[in-house]
Amino acid sequence: MSIDWQAFWLTLRLALVVSALLFVIGLPIAYWISFSRWRWKFLVEAIVALPIVLPPTVLGFYVLVALGPRSPVGRWWISLTGHTLAFTFSGLVIGSILYSLPFAVQPFAASFSGVDRKLISASATLGASPLRTFFRVTVPLSKPGLVTGAALTFAHTMGEFGVVLMVGGNIPGVTRTVSIEIFDQVQASNYAAANATALLLLVICFAMLAIVYGLNRRSWPVAALIHESR
Amino acid sequence: MTTLASARPVADGVTACTLRGHMRKRVAATSDFALDVDFQADPGFTILFGASGAGKTTVLDCIAGLISPDAGRVAIGDCVLFDASTHTQLPVEKRKVGYVFQDLALFPHLTIEENIEYGLSNLSLEKRTRRSAAILSAFRIAHLTGRRPNEISGGERQRVALARALVTDPVVLLLDEPLAALDAATKSRIIDDLRAWNDMHRIPILYVTHSREEVFALGEKVLVLDHGRILAQGTPHEVLSAPHQETVANLAGFENILDATVESLHPDRGTMTCLLYQIESGKPTELEMRPLKAAPKAAQQIAQPKLIPVETPLVRAEVGSSLRVGIRAGDILLAIVPPVGLSARNVIAGRLVSLQRRDVIVSAKVDCGVELEAHLTLAARDALRLEPGREVWLVIKTHSCHLMQS
Repeated sequence: MSIDWQAFWLTLRLALVVSALLFVIGLPIAYWISFSRWRWKFLVEAIVALPIVLPPTVLGFYVLVALGPRSPVGRWWISLTGHTLAFTFSGLVIGSILYSLPFAVQPFAASFSGVDRKLISASATLGASPLRTFFRVTVPLSKPGLVTGAALTFAHTMGEFGVVLMVGGNIPGVTRTVSIEIFDQVQASNYAAANATALLLLVICFAMLAIVYGLNRRSWPVAALIHESR
Repeated sequence: MTTLASARPVADGVTACTLRGHMRKRVAATSDFALDVDFQADPGFTILFGASGAGKTTVLDCIAGLISPDAGRVAIGDCVLFDASTHTQLPVEKRKVGYVFQDLALFPHLTIEENIEYGLSNLSLEKRTRRSAAILSAFRIAHLTGRRPNEISGGERQRVALARALVTDPVVLLLDEPLAALDAATKSRIIDDLRAWNDMHRIPILYVTHSREEVFALGEKVLVLDHGRILAQGTPHEVLSAPHQETVANLAGFENILDATVESLHPDRGTMTCLLYQIESGKPTELEMRPLKAAPKAAQQIAQPKLIPVETPLVRAEVGSSLRVGIRAGDILLAIVPPVGLSARNVIAGRLVSLQRRDVIVSAKVDCGVELEAHLTLAARDALRLEPGREVWLVIKTHSCHLMQS
């Protein structure tokens, strides 16, 4: 059994980094979606939801173009680091953040919206600013949603394929994630290795989801979780 | 501009601040509800009385800043909380209003102690502990500090919600039906707590309720709200015991409200005679006075409904005009033999239709041409051996008949 542990380690690192970053990026976006009453809010919600429905190759293509040597971002990065953003781990991180954005933002926003508005009003009448109310009332009462969002982001990033392939290429140790490894092995007819790798990935993702459902009191079907945002 | 801090009453109650509110708000979301009120609340209890949906909670939300009126001005003393003309709007967290919500809104993830100290985070630890300890013992909830809201009883939760709002020393207190779900004993104890607190702190307290008992127990001033407007204001007695409008009477618990026409006036006696009738749905409402006077017997056979003459206090009305008469069920006496020698001017014969026990009161419905409801004690029902179908006589004093505009 030749499992490419390097690929696993890379994938794990990618998932951890992306989850951590999306936690920081996703919270403010989810807060805004949950509490804003802007009439064009639905457009923002649609943009956030796009990565769910777009083929990963479409997303990957646009990310590649946006990060490539001909784009302003790509050129800025080259001037900073001396090489392109595409086909690097950092490029993968950026692509994965966009790809997994709704998997973080939507559970976060759903749990924020689920907090009794009266509690938020009560907090305000007792003198707490909106920010204080967020950290003292909304966040503690949203723990299930936050855990779900973090876990889903992690599991989703672990299983990425299309975006990773487009943006990262297939560079061993740098951008060859487990999903690409499996693809390679099947291409090379190396079914035994592919089976072992795929099985391991399956077990890890299952364990993650089992933890999410176990921690949540309510059992949200994953699809409803993703599409449940107001 | 006076800040809220300096506008607080001094310990000996020298400076007292009055809440002046004028607000207009249109809520077109579900129904076309428009709030339009203008009132003044002095330190002490001001009761907001009315049916559900009358706008009482909306008024509180406007004062707290949770809702923004379309127009108007809300100020406490010299401090302006909201002014549409100058676009002044103080954010909720700066208003120092104490608000006890109808469903209490206790923080479920915090202990009782943390709930109470929630609004005191800008005080030093020592001051915080001292103040919360004082109010915990004043409201008799000191033994609950480590528990969560879902682990204590309804009455205890109510006291915690009150304590949480009061411990921050607000400049105005807003209470939204705070005693709704409690039993009589707990209610009266909390009312005593509130009154004691009111004696010490003298701030405007706006108390929303639809219970007459609470109005009389607490009210120094009552504002009656209906469909977003103030129908009447005054002392509880002025507003509820002698209502001028039927909506108020309905809210005030007049069980019998009937149509009447003025038959004759007796200015020398200070009374007048009205003919009561009851309009049942589907029957014609037209009633001719002249044919009846000309041929009373024939008319009474043909004309429906039956007219019951009652003597009522004299008001300014013309003969033949229509009024509404309200009589409290508790003001009607029942007799099983034709009574004689009574001071009451109205003795009406009828037949007992039904008897319904409601806790310690028995509600008796009597058909005497119109249907009237009288309240008796259980003892009376048993002593008189009342049962449906029995012939009875209703005794109503002149001054128990309250006349209202049609």
